[in-house]
Amino acid sequence: MRSGFWTVLGLTLLAGCSTAGAARAEDAPEPCDVPAYLLSTDSLLPKVSGAIKSGQPLNVLVVGSRSSTIPSSETSAYPARLQAMLKEKLPAVPINLSVELQGAKTAEEVAAGLVKLVEEKKPTLVIWQTGTVDAMRSVDPDDFRSAVDDGVAALQNAGSDVVLVNLQYSPRTETMISAPPYLDNMRVVAQQHDVPLFDRFAIMHHWNDAGDFDLFSTSHGLELAKRVHACLGRALSKFVINAAHLDQAQQN
Amino acid sequence: MTSIADQVAEPAVSDAAALAKDGAPSAAAAAPAIALPAAGERELRLDLFRGLALWLIFIDHLPPNILTWFTLRNYGFSDATEIFIFISGYTAAFVYGRAMLEAGFVVATARILRRVWQIYVAHVFLFTIFLAEISYVATSFENPLYTEEMGIMDFLKQPDVTIVQALLLRFRPVNMDVLPLYIVLMLSLPLILWLMKWKADVTLALSVLLYALTWQYDLYLSAYPNGFWAFNPLAWQLLFVFGAWCALGGARRMSRILSSPVTMWISIAYLLAAFFVTLTWYVPQLSHLMPRSLDQWMYPIDKTDLDVLRFAHFLALATITVRFLPKDWRGLKSPWLRPLIVCGQHSLEIFCLGIFLAFAGHFVLAEVSGGAALHALISVCGILIMWGMASVISWYKHSADKSASRTKGTGGNADLAGGGA
Repeated sequence: MRSGFWTVLGLTLLAGCSTAGAARAEDAPEPCDVPAYLLSTDSLLPKVSGAIKSGQPLNVLVVGSRSSTIPSSETSAYPARLQAMLKEKLPAVPINLSVELQGAKTAEEVAAGLVKLVEEKKPTLVIWQTGTVDAMRSVDPDDFRSAVDDGVAALQNAGSDVVLVNLQYSPRTETMISAPPYLDNMRVVAQQHDVPLFDRFAIMHHWNDAGDFDLFSTSHGLELAKRVHACLGRALSKFVINAAHLDQAQQN
Repeated sequence: MTSIADQVAEPAVSDAAALAKDGAPSAAAAAPAIALPAAGERELRLDLFRGLALWLIFIDHLPPNILTWFTLRNYGFSDATEIFIFISGYTAAFVYGRAMLEAGFVVATARILRRVWQIYVAHVFLFTIFLAEISYVATSFENPLYTEEMGIMDFLKQPDVTIVQALLLRFRPVNMDVLPLYIVLMLSLPLILWLMKWKADVTLALSVLLYALTWQYDLYLSAYPNGFWAFNPLAWQLLFVFGAWCALGGARRMSRILSSPVTMWISIAYLLAAFFVTLTWYVPQLSHLMPRSLDQWMYPIDKTDLDVLRFAHFLALATITVRFLPKDWRGLKSPWLRPLIVCGQHSLEIFCLGIFLAFAGHFVLAEVSGGAALHALISVCGILIMWGMASVISWYKHSADKSASRTKGTGGNADLAGGGA
């Protein structure tokens, strides 16, 4: 019954366009290019550059919530893909990557435990994905900002480089989760601390607009998730390499 | 936050002081503290811009598409919400201010409360539709990419609490923030009008004071399950009261300031500066041109608490509009602007319809995978539906319901009271 109703509504509203839409969805494997400006940053990753120039291993710690993984398929999630891509591009450097998932924790709750985590693992680079839980609970954006602010400061004091990763672009839940205040505040913190911000939201938005992925779709669940994460991992590896100016380092 | 709040609060206060001073002599000259514009003549510009605001709000509530590029927020700090709240304050004060002068405080309050009730019912109606939408999404959508985001549906597990909180206006989904704000503002309208009747400029000054205190002490209304109201009524009341103040003679007393070329050039300069800043959001290559200190001072531009930059942007827009679009502009009667005007004349209904259509648009987009063309088509269809509905309502009011509208004739009819939404 439900689908009947939507067919009718769809047909009345969109008579001409639905065929075009359907044809589009069948597209072959995506290249998932990311515009250069989304992968470049003015902020640097001096610890990462230093480690690689002096031939030390690169220890990466990904701190994130559930959107940093794919349920039941963690090896396809973007952190694992990031590690694989970094290994490929920096074959001479040992790359250790660990993932610390803190599901259902706000930035404030995660920030409180960051120092301990860093003391345990001594990472060169911490990739902190945050914002989703705060947006879902509509935490006061000011509180969110000061929590991220504290967290980044603590990580920097502990001697790690930091990359912030913002929310996913999730068109289906757009009417339920208000992302913009959290995106804005993460951008502000990144700017204040001169920390690179990996704009996952804008990148996924771009893919959706460009037709690389149909993020509205309900079908191809697991496959779509794997492909998106593979692309995110690749984009993130380029982003890190850009921010640490490793292209030149490698040539030398 | 405090540091930004400080910077922002002070100029706001001094601005208001300046406004109040300018207003004072003429207020003393006129016998009643407030003056009402001539009755009868409907201010079509208000309808026009409220209609425009309704269209823009609708488009902004849909996923971004080509039409999104025509919305105000891409060209400056403020957006359609500011226009909507300001005009609502203006029309509400115009209609119920007259009622208060003619029929007294009690009757005016009673009329306002009836209007509040209508808005409340509209809100609950929209909430029901929202519940239907997300229940549908929750049962039909399984995408491992978004397991985390789907956690937002968890509140469906406790409908008892959620629904009661929604009725208390504390649980408000995204996109459904404007009506609760409007309800609170309308509830305070009797007090605002009563104060305005006493001294309009003092009322405006008090409103600015409340705004400043809100920033200084970070006052807010809490929401359910946690968080805050996305439009803080304690801050947004400033626009509403300012609208009311303009309606009750303030606009006329400001006309000298408004027509001065200095004001015009300041406004134009500010609008251009704001445009450039917004341009850096969309063309990130330009952001190198932005001085870092300006960045740090300016961001984030807070919508929840109606950032002063947003308010100033709205003022500049309004100044330019009033200057270049005179009241008796012939274009206002042209059939091309008719769709906008007719939508603006039935704002509560069309606003609700717009929210509903935005939900429906999301539905369609989710069901039929389509590209940019489909997105744009949905926006256009929505606007056509809004226009059609507004025309039907107009027809009801003028033809089908003639006897009803005649009885409402005294003291401002509900149509003019578009004070509605």
